[in-house]
Amino acid sequence: MLAVSVLEGRAVPLRRAEVDTDQIIPSEWLKRVERSGFGRGLFSEWRDDPSFVLNQPSYQGATILVAGPHFGIGSSREHAVWALLDYGFRAVIAPSFGDIFRTNAGKQGLVIVALADADTDQLADWITEQPDLTVVVDVERGHVEVPAHGWQRDFAMDEWTRQRLIHGWDDVGLALRHADAIDAFEGSSTTPSLAGLFDASGHLA
Amino acid sequence: MAGRTLYDKLYDEHLVWSTPGETPLLYVDLHLVHEVTSPQAFDGLRIAGRRVRRPDRTLATADHNVPTDPPGTPVADPISRRQLDVLDENCHQFGITVFPRGHENQGIVHVIGPELGVTQPGMTIVCGDSHTSTHGAVGALAFGIGTSEVEHVLATQTLPQERARTLAVTVEGELRAGVSAKDLALSIVAALGTGGGIGSVLEFRGSAIRALSMEGRMTVCNMSIEAGARAGLVAVDETTIDYLLSRPAIAHRADRDDLAARWRGYVSDDDAAFDREIVLDAAQISPSVTWGTNPAQVVALAGAVPDPEALPAGPERDAAHRALRYMGLEPGTPMRDIPVDVVFIGSCTNSRLEDLRAAAVVAAGHQVADGVRALVVPGSHRVKRDAEAEGLDRVFTAAGFEWREPGCSMCLGMNPDQLAPGQRSASTSNRNFEGRQGRGGRTHLVSPAVAAATALVGRFADPQEVA
Repeated sequence: MLAVSVLEGRAVPLRRAEVDTDQIIPSEWLKRVERSGFGRGLFSEWRDDPSFVLNQPSYQGATILVAGPHFGIGSSREHAVWALLDYGFRAVIAPSFGDIFRTNAGKQGLVIVALADADTDQLADWITEQPDLTVVVDVERGHVEVPAHGWQRDFAMDEWTRQRLIHGWDDVGLALRHADAIDAFEGSSTTPSLAGLFDASGHLA
Repeated sequence: MAGRTLYDKLYDEHLVWSTPGETPLLYVDLHLVHEVTSPQAFDGLRIAGRRVRRPDRTLATADHNVPTDPPGTPVADPISRRQLDVLDENCHQFGITVFPRGHENQGIVHVIGPELGVTQPGMTIVCGDSHTSTHGAVGALAFGIGTSEVEHVLATQTLPQERARTLAVTVEGELRAGVSAKDLALSIVAALGTGGGIGSVLEFRGSAIRALSMEGRMTVCNMSIEAGARAGLVAVDETTIDYLLSRPAIAHRADRDDLAARWRGYVSDDDAAFDREIVLDAAQISPSVTWGTNPAQVVALAGAVPDPEALPAGPERDAAHRALRYMGLEPGTPMRDIPVDVVFIGSCTNSRLEDLRAAAVVAAGHQVADGVRALVVPGSHRVKRDAEAEGLDRVFTAAGFEWREPGCSMCLGMNPDQLAPGQRSASTSNRNFEGRQGRGGRTHLVSPAVAAATALVGRFADPQEVA
C-alpha cells in the first residue's frame, strides 16, 4: 500500500453528515473488475451540480477532505477508498467514520483522522474562507496542524496502524510471517469445512 | 473468573496469534464470496503468486448483478456480464465451489449460507459485503469486509482484528400482532442511530428476540450494520438447533448430535458484562417506515413526516432538511397519504420463505393498484422452489405482482431492476440512501406485509386496511 508519513496540502470542506459509501461511489461503478479509474465516479451523483464543492476551481488539487460525522457508513465497498485515492485525496478528517470504511482506508494508505466535532467545524470554516490554506496531517506525530493559525490537534491512531502507514506494509505479507501459527490452529480446529459437501458442479454431493 | 459474552467466546476461540503492539490475527472458518467485491482480490493473488489457502472454507455465488428475468435471458449489460464471468473464471482457477446464475444453489449470499446450513454456530464468517452480519443470527461471528481483506482471507484464512466493544440490545416483551422482525430492526436502528454501533458488536437479547424465528433473527442481525455495527449476534437456543439440523449440509451428518451439543455453548454467560446496553419494549413497536435517506430516519406507519426544525440545530437537522428535499416530502404529511410507484419485496433482509408468506397473505385475493409496479424477488432458487411448492407464486401473479428470479435485484440496482429518477418505492430492503435503488430514486424501507399492502392500495398502507 501507499506509504505516508506527513501530508501537507490544501483541504476541501464537505459539509454533510452521514455520507455513506453509496454516495462516495454509486453501485453503477462497482461492476468494474479493475482497481483503477474510480476517481471519475467519486461523489458522481453530486458532481453534476456546478456548485458542488469539488467543482469549485479554488479546491482543485486539494489532497485532504474534511467531512461531517459518520463518514463512510454503509456498504463495505472498498471502491469508496479507491475512488478517494484515485481522485487525489490522501486523508479524510471527520468526527467519526464507518468501521469497514476505516479498515479499508487503512489497507490502502488513505489516512483517517477523527477529530472532535468542534475541531472539524473550525477546520471546515477556515478552509471555506480560505481555500488555499495549508493543512498538515502528520501521521508520525499523530496531529493535524494549521500553521497559519498556530492551531494543532492530536488524533488517535493505534501504533500498529501508524507503523503500517509509515512503512507502507502489506498486511498479507505480515500475516504470512505467522504461517506456523495458522497451521497449528488449523491442526486443532474441529469446525467443519465444506470438504465433500458439493460435487464439482456445485450440487450437494 | 467473570463470565464472557458470546462475542468474547467467539473472538477468543479464533485467535491464531497475538502479541502486544500488533493487531491480533483471527481465523476465518467460512469465507463467502460474490462477484462484486472479489475480482480485484483474485487479481492481487495472481500478482503476488499466491494461492487460495483453504478453497474448502470458501464458497462463491453470483448475486448482485444477476438479472431477475426468466432463465436464459442474456445479461444485457456487458460490464455486469463480464463481472459474472470473471467470478466463474476465478473460482475455477483457484478451486472454489461457485454457484453461477441459474444454479440450483444460487441466490443472495446471505440467504444461501444459512439455508444450506454452511453457516453454523461458533464459526467466524466473513464476506465482502456489509450485510454479512445476517449470519450472526445462528450464533456465528459474521461481518463484512473490504476487498483488501477478501484478498487477505483468500491468502491466509485469517484477518487482523482488534477486539470490538460489546453492546447488548435487549428487547423484552411481545411484539404486537402485525408487527414483524423488520419493524423491530428499523426500531433498533432508529434507537441507536446510524453511528450508535460503530466499534461495537451487537448481541440481540431478551424475550422478544428469543420468540423470533430464525428468519426473523436474520432480518434483525442483517440490519446491524445500519446502526454502524459490523456484526450482530443472537445466542444459540433450540430454535437455532431445530433450524440447522434440517439444513442440507447438516441433516445427513453422522455427528449432528455432537455438533448440536457443542453449539449449545454459544451463549453469553449469565454473569457476562457488556460494555453498553440499550433496552427496548417490544410492545411499543409498531409497523414502521423510513421517511428520509438513512435507515435511522424511521417513523410509525401511522405517523407523519417529521419536521426537521424540531431537531436541535446541527448536522442532524441539516441532514433531515436535505433528506426531505431529496425525498420530495413536506413535514406533517401523513405517511399513509404518500403514493408509491414501485414496490420491491426481496433483498438479504426480507426475501426468505417467511417473508414471502407474510406478503402473500396480504396480497391474496386482491389486485395491485393501478400505476404501481410490484416485484417479488425470492432470495435464492431454494426459496423460489419452496415458495412455488406452496403456491405463493400463483398468489402473487394473480394479484398482479411480478414473480422474478433470485438475486439482490432492486436493493441496490446493479442489475436492470432500478427506480427511475423521482420514482418512489416501498422496499423491504435495508438502505434508503440517495440513489441506492437508481439515480434519483426515493426509497422507503418497510416490512414485507406493509410492502404488500402498499402495493394494493397504491400508498403506504397497513395490512389491516386491505384485510
